[in-house]
Amino acid sequence: MNFDFSDDQKFLKEEARKFLAARCTSAVTRGVLNDDAKPFDRDLWQAIVDMGWTGAAIPEEFGGLGLGHVELCAIAEELGRVVAPIPFASAIYVFAEAVMKIASSAQKAALLPGVVAGAIIGCLATSDGPGPVSADRTTAELTNGRITGTKLPVTDGDIATHAIVLARSDAGPGLYLVDLAAEGVARERIETLDPTRSAARLSFQAAPCEPLGTEGEGAALLSGILDRAAVLFAFEQVGGADRCLDMAKTYALERYAFGRVIAGYQAIKHKLADMYVKTELARSSSYYGAWALASDAAELPEAAAAARIAASAAYDFAAKENVQTHGGMGFTWEVDCHLHLRRARQLALALGGPPVWRERLIRRLELRNAA
Amino acid sequence: MDFNDSPTEAAYRAAARAWLDTNAPLAAGERASPSDEAAHLREGKAWQACKADAGFACITWPRDWGGGGGTPIEQVIFDQEEARHGRSYPFFNIGLGMCVPTVMAFADDATKQRFVRPAARGDEIWCQLFSEPAAGSDVAASRTRAVRAEDGTGDWIVDGQKVWTSGAHYCDYGIVIVRTDPDVPKHKGLTMFWVDMTSPGIDVRPIHQASGGSDFNEVYFTGVRIPDSQRLGEVGRGWNVALVTLMNERLAVGGGSGTNWPELLALARATPGLGDGPASEDGGLRERIADWYVAAEGLKLTRYRAMTALSRGETPGPESSIGKIVSANQMQELSREALDRLDQFGIIVDPGNAAIQHTWFWGGALRIAGGTDEILKNIIAERVLGLPLDIRVDRDVAFKDIPRGA
Repeated sequence: MNFDFSDDQKFLKEEARKFLAARCTSAVTRGVLNDDAKPFDRDLWQAIVDMGWTGAAIPEEFGGLGLGHVELCAIAEELGRVVAPIPFASAIYVFAEAVMKIASSAQKAALLPGVVAGAIIGCLATSDGPGPVSADRTTAELTNGRITGTKLPVTDGDIATHAIVLARSDAGPGLYLVDLAAEGVARERIETLDPTRSAARLSFQAAPCEPLGTEGEGAALLSGILDRAAVLFAFEQVGGADRCLDMAKTYALERYAFGRVIAGYQAIKHKLADMYVKTELARSSSYYGAWALASDAAELPEAAAAARIAASAAYDFAAKENVQTHGGMGFTWEVDCHLHLRRARQLALALGGPPVWRERLIRRLELRNAA
Repeated sequence: MDFNDSPTEAAYRAAARAWLDTNAPLAAGERASPSDEAAHLREGKAWQACKADAGFACITWPRDWGGGGGTPIEQVIFDQEEARHGRSYPFFNIGLGMCVPTVMAFADDATKQRFVRPAARGDEIWCQLFSEPAAGSDVAASRTRAVRAEDGTGDWIVDGQKVWTSGAHYCDYGIVIVRTDPDVPKHKGLTMFWVDMTSPGIDVRPIHQASGGSDFNEVYFTGVRIPDSQRLGEVGRGWNVALVTLMNERLAVGGGSGTNWPELLALARATPGLGDGPASEDGGLRERIADWYVAAEGLKLTRYRAMTALSRGETPGPESSIGKIVSANQMQELSREALDRLDQFGIIVDPGNAAIQHTWFWGGALRIAGGTDEILKNIIAERVLGLPLDIRVDRDVAFKDIPRGA
């Protein structure tokens, strides 16, 4: 049984934590939060590119470090811990993974080196508006090989260079790669609950595109992309939840009420114990997701869904109870609790919300039990 | 990251599996029903002796004491393989997991020579006599009294009542914590003994549980004479001895069982739902089953993390302390949901409902047994997260002066 990070992976994680503690302080995150003109922190992004993290799981032939997915998971946990205000999730968990999994050799060669260099930032444009994404219901359409339609919201859509767009062609729903600098693309930055991550409305008017993977198989392709990204998102969520627990603990040990620190009251002790339990369960499920992702296991869909459900719940819970533990201070702009409250929502919704993932999971379980 | 055995572990698993394949199978007709306790106990004792003779009982204990001389990960591997044969028996866990290790830690050599090996073989079974009617979570509040006999033998005379003693009616020996000095604060006036359960003055009576069954006992002590040679640790140091016993309790009590998500999913498919289709099409239920699957998997995977620590020769981290809180609550909630979905039919005592109703009762019991939810959360808060201890108003007060209610 070897169900944990290896010593090398733990070392990488420790180094990542130290690096981010120095380079991604709350002031850095707040620099993006407080400045509407600043969609992400370019200095931090460049520093992370220089560290090679954008290429952690990308093979060396494309300029990456070729370490592996468990290493990328370790990095993700640390990025989640510090609420990093950069487009790493869109560019790496979603776009780089999608390209590696389903793109043609030519597309990989054209895109991956740029992804590693931080010059190509991809995003996922699937949402047509309120309600779950559905390949069958998507309104964007392909006419004469060009896309027309609107996607809202698209995380990092305002700063990305490329988008993976869900659209219908005569063959059925498919995924299409769009160079966002091309004609027929309009973007409008939108406000979200989490201003430390940027988002946009993308409008395509006969925009040029190329298929990513087989046309007509958009539902299955998207599902595969979401499974891979869900594991990496889960690690960010676990990192965030762990940080919330840490913040709540630190505050509870400092704050006096009724003549003693509030950490001594069972109402607070049990709340923090609940945060710990949820976070550790989510961590275990995320490890399993990491294993399934790294080994391309047939169990990936269930493992990814379980990791995502557990980690979304753990981060949402930890973030709100961290606010509660801080009392009135927790509801001020100046205290960092709301950074996590916001990011927990952003991460929980960006790949499809918990109800969607529960339904994905139970369908898999029904198939498994029927077999 | 993988789930594979190391080469040494794989070799051990292969040896365990081969031995089990030869020795474990019982013909269908030979197997005792757990509801026939006497027959089930006979079968369990025979199996325990068979394992001990082959070095597969108490695998981490030294061979000289009747154990297997192995490692914790080998014990886990053997347990996994044994479970595949359905040959685990509930009779030995508390004695071998908690009581006998306490004896091994505190008794003299002659006592260990006499008792450890027979316990490992299942020839003699031990129970733990700690809880009392007024000492549950606060087990250090034990009131069962021991005073020196007036005849100058140095023997102790014990009077009082223990409760929730699993297996007292079939156990041969027990370890019992008693109050030897009520004039000092509660933790300082306790002493631990081992006791022969056939001693005159011991009266074992079954508890009639809320669920209707009787799986535990009350044990009354009336003038029970215990020689001083049966003392474990020093007079007045019984709490320190008890801590050694209790360290193992959460492991011995173990995780949940019974109706879980696969059974609920199967029930949902076979039961009409709110619309025209089966209950498995009801969105609310689907979401809950998904959550319970996630929690059950999370617990299993958390155990794998503990196993990984053992496999690396490390002590498992604090994450292993969360199991019972999650599993007991899930048993209670999931089985309640199953009865909800059966609707009016769910109230009937019916063979088809029996397993669900059993899980429903026992989820509630497991939230209390072996450390309540509340005590376990305190343990996580204090030992894992390092938060302050609760205020204890009785800590520095002579036991006899502590308020005790009705």
